Amino acid sequence: MAIKSPEPVAVIKKRRNKALSKLIKSIPYISFLGVEFDRRGDEITAILPFKNDLVGNPNLPALHGGSIAAFLEISAIIELSWMQIWREIENPKLKADYLIDLEILSLPKTIDFSVDYLRSGLPRDSYARAKVNRVGRRYASVHVEAWQDNRDRLFAQGTGHFLMPQPN
Amino acid sequence: MLEKKKKAVEDFFAVLPHSISLGMKIDFIGDGEVGMSMPYDKKLIGDPKTEVIHGGAVFSLLDTCCGAAAMSHPDQKGPTATIDLRVDYMRPATPKQKIKAVATCYNLTKNVAFVRAVALDENEEKPVAMAAGAFVTGG
Repeated sequence: MAIKSPEPVAVIKKRRNKALSKLIKSIPYISFLGVEFDRRGDEITAILPFKNDLVGNPNLPALHGGSIAAFLEISAIIELSWMQIWREIENPKLKADYLIDLEILSLPKTIDFSVDYLRSGLPRDSYARAKVNRVGRRYASVHVEAWQDNRDRLFAQGTGHFLMPQPN
Repeated sequence: MLEKKKKAVEDFFAVLPHSISLGMKIDFIGDGEVGMSMPYDKKLIGDPKTEVIHGGAVFSLLDTCCGAAAMSHPDQKGPTATIDLRVDYMRPATPKQKIKAVATCYNLTKNVAFVRAVALDENEEKPVAMAAGAFVTGG
């Protein structure tokens, strides 16, 4: 039996980046806040570049609690959806150029979201990574950590529960 | 309620850049109770399939409204900051409808203000979301 040669790296990257960017561009609120995503393999880091529209208290200035919460919630939802998409686009049984049809993809729905504000958000870029602690057929529990300059000094963390989209 | 206090809360919340970018308006200010609203906007959509606005936008409105309620409490001096806030999303907000929030600061201690809030659209019988949180007191 002939050994199948591995896919060229450029093909792999193109497929993954295309799927992620399609997911992100489909959600208007992500562009409204200006959230970007950095992908390394299956790991994604959400980035919130600082802009004045995100500010709550202009005297300090500090990021608005709402923009921080939205950033965390977006990170959690994208992480959950990305896990789903990853499974499909990396499935060797599917064609290599298979690209998930995002018109069909349903997003997880937030049941509840809880945010701890640990420090005030400084007027600079923020980063967040979400960890899916449990995902079942119906429910998922996700924890998100956000930091600015120092990975070890979190300025906010959040936990949320989500209702997973049901296959039709 | 003291006019001076009401004015301070009004002035503080009128200039928050993020709240302005979301189009938030103060509906009323009472003693430890504030109403705010936010218009529907396509740029706030979180789910393109249903055109329902993102939970984060509702969270922002509730957070702002809760902060204002904490600040408007008769015993609260100066501005406040969120310690933690939890939001339960009970149903999707109906697209194209304005969201209204009402927050109540139901207890205030030396260091902490406890606040609850509800978010509604045109169907006022069934809340869209509810929030509960703790805020810093003492300015």
